[in-house]
Amino acid sequence: MDILVILQAGVASGTVLLFATLGEILSERSGVMNLGVEGMMLVGAMSAYSIAVHLGNPWLGLVVAMLFAGIISQIHAFITITLHADQVVSGLALTFVGTGLSLVLGEGLNKAGTVALLPTLSIPLLEHIPVIGDIFFKNHSIMVYIGYLFIPLTWYFINKTRPGMHLKAVGEFPAAADSQGIKVYRLRYLYVFIGGMLAGLAGGTISLAISPGWFSELTTGGQGWIAVGLVIFAQWNPIRAAAGSYIFGALRRLVLDIQGPTMLLGFANPFFYNPYLGFFLQMIPYAFTIVVLVIGSQEAMRKRIGAPAALGEPYVRGERGK
Amino acid sequence: MVDGNPLEAAETVVKMRGIVKQFPGVVANDHVDFTLYRGEIHALLGENGAGKSTLMNVLAGIYRQEHGHVYIHDREVHFSSPRDAIMAGIGMVHQHFMLVPSLTVTENILLGLDEPRFVMNLDRYDQAIAALSEQYGLRVDPKAKVWQLSVGEQQRVELLKMLYRGAEILILDEPTAVLAPVEIDELFLTLRSMVANGKSIIFISHKLNEVLAISDRLTVLRRGQVTADGIPLQGITRRDLARLMVGREVIFEFEKQAHATGDDVLCVENIWSKNDKGLDALKGVSFSIKAGEIVGIAAVAGNGQSELAEVVTGLRRSSKGTVRILGEDFTNSPVRRGIQFGVGHIPEDRTHVGTAPNLDVTDNVIMKNYAREPIGHGMVVDMGAAHSFAKDLRALYDIVVPNIDTPVRLLSGGNLQRLILARELSGNPPFLVAVQPTRGLDVGAIEGVQRLLLKQREEGAAILLISEELDELLRLSDRLFVFYEGEIMGEITNVHTNDDELVEQIGLMMTGTRMDELHLETEGASHHD
Repeated sequence: MDILVILQAGVASGTVLLFATLGEILSERSGVMNLGVEGMMLVGAMSAYSIAVHLGNPWLGLVVAMLFAGIISQIHAFITITLHADQVVSGLALTFVGTGLSLVLGEGLNKAGTVALLPTLSIPLLEHIPVIGDIFFKNHSIMVYIGYLFIPLTWYFINKTRPGMHLKAVGEFPAAADSQGIKVYRLRYLYVFIGGMLAGLAGGTISLAISPGWFSELTTGGQGWIAVGLVIFAQWNPIRAAAGSYIFGALRRLVLDIQGPTMLLGFANPFFYNPYLGFFLQMIPYAFTIVVLVIGSQEAMRKRIGAPAALGEPYVRGERGK
Repeated sequence: MVDGNPLEAAETVVKMRGIVKQFPGVVANDHVDFTLYRGEIHALLGENGAGKSTLMNVLAGIYRQEHGHVYIHDREVHFSSPRDAIMAGIGMVHQHFMLVPSLTVTENILLGLDEPRFVMNLDRYDQAIAALSEQYGLRVDPKAKVWQLSVGEQQRVELLKMLYRGAEILILDEPTAVLAPVEIDELFLTLRSMVANGKSIIFISHKLNEVLAISDRLTVLRRGQVTADGIPLQGITRRDLARLMVGREVIFEFEKQAHATGDDVLCVENIWSKNDKGLDALKGVSFSIKAGEIVGIAAVAGNGQSELAEVVTGLRRSSKGTVRILGEDFTNSPVRRGIQFGVGHIPEDRTHVGTAPNLDVTDNVIMKNYAREPIGHGMVVDMGAAHSFAKDLRALYDIVVPNIDTPVRLLSGGNLQRLILARELSGNPPFLVAVQPTRGLDVGAIEGVQRLLLKQREEGAAILLISEELDELLRLSDRLFVFYEGEIMGEITNVHTNDDELVEQIGLMMTGTRMDELHLETEGASHHD
């Protein structure tokens, strides 16, 4: 059990959470909560892997993953934006749809044999920085580096650009945006689509880079749900989302690695391939999600920069009493 | 219909003809005509629900009319979105501000514009906004976030937003409803300067005084129809306006019958209580109300009067002191006990405290007596009895609603208040707390609410009336207490309207002068006479 290895693996597996969380942040900033992240990730993981298996091109696999997940996200968009239905229920349903679709279409993929994966590389110069270089810039999948780029770009987009301002307006006060001629519905559809594409990208990142392969619903193993929790922990802020994603990634890896050594801190390791405690350990990241949700929401209340004000509320033009 | 033709040579900027707009169960606009000339302030007057806002929402591209035509500068237009209306130079300042609280002033003003294209160079735009606000005397900090601004400042942001878009026609939907008197004067100055710059303004209001003070011409709507089409204001009186608006004579003064009062119903002794921030909002308040008496509380908002209403209804804990109702100790009792006592409460916030917006009329009116016969039998609510109860109240209190299954969020302010009154008064409560019972209502509705309160008084209810309308307090109360920072500044036992000296005294007490100090001051003043 090497702390550097855990942190490095944490950054790698955190990249998956990062993409999914950023996607959900964009969707929720527009006022649409999409609990279908897990389903969309599975669809992404399956289709990316499937394309890589059949056509041999992992990049094409990623593109198809994003499009496919983006397209099924539009089911949720239609139900919640146009039909004004409850976002929680529709999102849960989307998870079931995505899971089912990916299981059916992914049947047999696990026996596909060798597959071209996304490249792994180190960043020249940066990789030689002690500790930091080892953790962040050495022997990572290219997706990890793409993830780094997404963090400032998303932040800049939301906070410093005109479309970002419109996004915030639509999620905070759609009637105000509407009164200034901003197409509320169109923007919400768009950001749900982008959220879906990023969830698909997260899925493809798992199956083609971080833990390659297709293992049915165990491929994502509930990471979509963790991403939903991380959005609240992040207070809808991409920078905080990155921190949360990497911490969570490291935690997941720690839980795996802690079961390896026979001795831990000079004592007999109680977790050493203990099946009962093993399940307990696997539970910890999810329990931590709950803790984070509680803390995150309290802090948000204190700081008054919490959820987008119109999150979860369908927008109906001109309705009284809103 | 009164026809007006005052500004013969004036240029017509807006012409609306035969506008019809329906909502489920209501014809909001029934063949409405409207004409606006360049450089005028045109008042659009009408009661709540008369269709003023609907008509203007059609003009601003928010609603689309079912029939009728809209002409801007004599060219017919078909707005399919607010954006089209903005492009045509029409800017609407809504009653509820259309500002995003988490964005800055500048960001809100830039919202929806084509400039800047992508990257927001906010500093540059901050300067442009500052220059514009200078030009029209609309002071506001461009970098401030909207949630940090006062209501008056937010309104200035709305006006700036329209001016920045080059709006030539400004629609102001009840702009004064949220403003303090000083801010209203400032707004009127701004409006005059805009008109002087060639803008045309539509001023929606139901406040007769303001209409008389600011506008050049007016159009009156009643129940979706025009009762006065662009008449000039010369020679028009308040009474004429009220008649056009309500369709009958409104009696501005009504005699309060003197009558005998009974025993103490509410008795508050040395009450202390904290506000939501944890600071003392009430500091040792003592008074009592007898049966058949209306006791008014006059104070500037935020001086403990809201907390008092909550303490005596059980919604807020008192940290010290006692509350007795009908002789029984009610200090820090649960609200349910108050309901069992028959305490009626007309809360300040009628949409969120007074009603459950998404529930229908029936559910809202049975909220207090659902557990009691004949509506409740043990665990079961008899919906048949509940519906007939709701139907009776709808008829008795004249609640205008298509049917009793309508969610109450669709009701207009006046109807919603009548619904709350119906619920609170139907059991003839011995003690009633009324907080701002007529705020935001139009003349007709105000009169109705005040009559209902006086009727309760005659039937022997003790009423605690909290209002920011001094006029209303003077008209209804038997006695008045003036609050300042949670303390009673003085009690006025001889209440009557049209007494300038009394109003001045109350004004001084509302700003922190105690009554005993006041006597010294007024005596000093009278020597000069």
